[in-house]
Amino acid sequence: MSVIVYTENWDGKFKKSSYELVSYAHALASELGVETIAISIGQVPEDQLNALANYGANKVLCVKNPELAVLDNAAYASAIARAAKANNAQVVVFANNFTGKAVAPRVAVKLEAGMANSVTTLPLSFSPFVVQKNIFNGKAQGNLQINSNIKVLSLAQNSFGVKESSVSLTIENFDAQLDSSKFNTELIEKNTVSGKIILTDAELVVSGGRGMKSPDNWGPLEELAAILGAGTACSRPVADEGWRPHSEHVGQTGKVIAPNLYIALGISGAIQHLAGVSSSKVIVAVNTDPEAPFFEAADYGILGDVNKILPKLVEAAKAFKAHS
Amino acid sequence: MKILVCLSNVPDTTTKIKLNGDQSALDMTGVQWVINPWDELALTRALDLKEKSEGKIDTITVITVGESLTEPTIRKALAVGADDAVRINLNPTDDYEVASNIAAWVKNNPYNIILTGIESSDYNGSAVGGMLAEFLKIPSVSSVSFLDMEGDKPLMKREIPGGTETIRVPMPFVAIVQKGIALDPRIPAMRGIMMARKKELTVVEPAGEGSKSTYIGFAMPKAKAKVKMIDAENAGQLITLLHEEAKVI
Amino acid sequence: MNFQFTEEQLMIQQAARDYAQRELIKDVLERDEKALYPTEHVKNLAELGFLGMLVSEKWDGGGMDTVSYVLAMEEISKVDASASVIMSVNNSLVCYGLEKFGNDAQREKYLRPLARGKKIGAFLLSEPEAGSDATKQRTTAVDMGDYYLLNGTKNWITNGNTASTYLVIAHTHPEKGHRGINVFIVERHSEGITVGPHENKMGMRSSDTHSVMFNDVKVPKENRIGEDGFGFKFAMKTLEGGRIGIASQALGIASGALELATKYAKERKAFGTEIINHQAIAFKLADMAVKVENARNLCLKAAWLKDQGQAYGTASAMAKMYAADIAMEVTTEAVQIHGGYGYVKEYHVERLMREAKLTQIYEGTSEVQKIIISRSLME
Repeated sequence: MSVIVYTENWDGKFKKSSYELVSYAHALASELGVETIAISIGQVPEDQLNALANYGANKVLCVKNPELAVLDNAAYASAIARAAKANNAQVVVFANNFTGKAVAPRVAVKLEAGMANSVTTLPLSFSPFVVQKNIFNGKAQGNLQINSNIKVLSLAQNSFGVKESSVSLTIENFDAQLDSSKFNTELIEKNTVSGKIILTDAELVVSGGRGMKSPDNWGPLEELAAILGAGTACSRPVADEGWRPHSEHVGQTGKVIAPNLYIALGISGAIQHLAGVSSSKVIVAVNTDPEAPFFEAADYGILGDVNKILPKLVEAAKAFKAHS
Repeated sequence: MKILVCLSNVPDTTTKIKLNGDQSALDMTGVQWVINPWDELALTRALDLKEKSEGKIDTITVITVGESLTEPTIRKALAVGADDAVRINLNPTDDYEVASNIAAWVKNNPYNIILTGIESSDYNGSAVGGMLAEFLKIPSVSSVSFLDMEGDKPLMKREIPGGTETIRVPMPFVAIVQKGIALDPRIPAMRGIMMARKKELTVVEPAGEGSKSTYIGFAMPKAKAKVKMIDAENAGQLITLLHEEAKVI
Repeated sequence: MNFQFTEEQLMIQQAARDYAQRELIKDVLERDEKALYPTEHVKNLAELGFLGMLVSEKWDGGGMDTVSYVLAMEEISKVDASASVIMSVNNSLVCYGLEKFGNDAQREKYLRPLARGKKIGAFLLSEPEAGSDATKQRTTAVDMGDYYLLNGTKNWITNGNTASTYLVIAHTHPEKGHRGINVFIVERHSEGITVGPHENKMGMRSSDTHSVMFNDVKVPKENRIGEDGFGFKFAMKTLEGGRIGIASQALGIASGALELATKYAKERKAFGTEIINHQAIAFKLADMAVKVENARNLCLKAAWLKDQGQAYGTASAMAKMYAADIAMEVTTEAVQIHGGYGYVKEYHVERLMREAKLTQIYEGTSEVQKIIISRSLME
């Protein structure tokens, strides 16, 4: 019996979110009294794999079938489902991220499992098995009872946190026995922006809205983000106007993020925007309008023209970094 | 060539969420129902593709798993240009049930391309597309922000963390689309509304599997503490507070 | 009684709302400020079918009922009454007049492009010295055998410059009084037509209002609508329907102002709470809401009567008078609720207040509506 957790790697490395996921799976496995087994796909150095022990993984299954070189949703699902069956998994845990969304639903069907995504807590009860998850983009929480024998969960980012718990870990290779003729996702081109902080991973996010007045005013915002090591984001009108790329748009129809810190500069806080950021741990709102809804959702607020306030923040951030 | 677009019927995204007295259900009185925004973008792209396909794309069908109250949103899809519609007469409990029932229809009525939105704005499920593809044993591609035909071959881009991948999979397949796939959804024209009267809306009884999960209660998020205002003149103080008090930097 | 809208009516309402809230809102302030005609919007509204929505499918219209028209007019007018008056004149005066009273040749040539919104129409009745009293027309059309020779000046003509097709009311036999009046289809670019400068209006500044002068303009015989002497009846009948359009416009202006004022009152705080929690504001909003609802019911009743083929002249006069008057009241209160913000342009309510004023004046002043209503009591 086991809890299986799919730990994704990026160029052979795990991220904090991977550790959060293992921490969660371990907590779940402890409650169930079973093993925590991580699945890793592709080439990952041994020191990286060993690090998973620090968060409670008892075993890592390394899957290196060539069919998995490119993300083919069906192939990944086959591999993970096979591992889950071979290890008598009770629960399979994914991150509620790009890969999780692509693969978890297929795994659920293969295992005839009920699925809950964007889960925010450990199960409220195990019999029946009930988890809490975000609904309406975090505007409410739903308690979902899963009735199948096996359960598939995907965890909302930053909802559980990284928890250390050292166990001893074994590394095993696992042959997923894939039939290559069945999988044919053809990768034609890959475009990645290097060096840039990936918005959905970012711990800190600095975001601009229409109150920035002009796309030419983004310099100080980017400078602040660079000093803090933050990702940059924007509101929908700004993306629609073409001031910023759509990839930066956060909100109901854009990206949904949950960083530790979200600084909203000149964004009024329309309900659709808040839906994309309300799970952030700390929110700062800067706006000229004292009635801006963002002040209701924020932890810290500054009333004033963002273009006058930004230089002060940049200066303070510089001083802070110089001293720390 | 035939395209199927899966539509979910959801409360308008500006809806204020309320719970009933014992928190066992969401209070849906007075809610305005709309096509799930991502599904609507999928439909918009399907229509764009059909219009420029020079007849290669024959029909666009929309499908919804829902009871008769979903018909106004289905009619809207027909009014903006879908050719016909299917409604599976079932108030579904989870994504598994939705996907399984759509799969049951598609097994007897094949399509070349199936489009779904990446998630629904109500229960944020984001599983129907992947589950449907698995039930049908066909490829699925997630987070698709671009879909076009290169001759007879569809080409897609998917948004990966920090970039995009251009990929191709053989038909039939399920594309799970997100923002970027199309611009603003279409507004139905009078002509479209008139034509929608004559388009076929087939109602079928469920033939798929039942659900695997069910909601047993709801809660509202905890109220946030009141905002702490910082004087604009001393805006720099924010950085200190974020470090010392909030401990996030 | 059935107060339930059909699925289709709701879809049209939503389509109008989407267009208004998504597109018209973007540049409405700038167009108002600079008195710019909404060229692109008119093209888009035509493509969506709003400009000919009441015309039957046979003549390339939308084939929609008048109830749908009221719903659409309200939604468009909430955001932009300049756009909605263009829509109203084209639909309920020009297209309606041509479809109802024109012959097939006239419908084929003139109605079809108007119904598709490919061309825009204007209704030329008002004169410098004949506004409310339509029988005092000074514009004359003299029968020259093969054609009529048209002379005179028309004032306050909506779509005066952009229209391609004019419906012109003129005296052919001044001695016969209102029985000597006729209506003619006149092409905008006919020889002898001069369009005056754009009127610099208080509100609805984005619609083009002009005077139009006719100097020996030759109008083909076949362009007269109806029997000789039909013009006065034509004008009265057409204006009956036109009133539903303007009534719905006034309704939209009022309901738009109510929505903005309510939203503002829920956000704005004074004395430690949102101002909607102060009875002074809450009761104002309650009064406004009742007025808007009454106006809506009057508009829908008139539209329903028209759709049922029943007499609606008095009902449409009631709707027009009431909706216009309450639009003025509701917009004034909306400005008051906004306080200082209400007096500046970016909050929209001062513009709605300026727009509301015109609805009490054009297509029959509130006073003229009272004449119509009171005459119905005398019968």
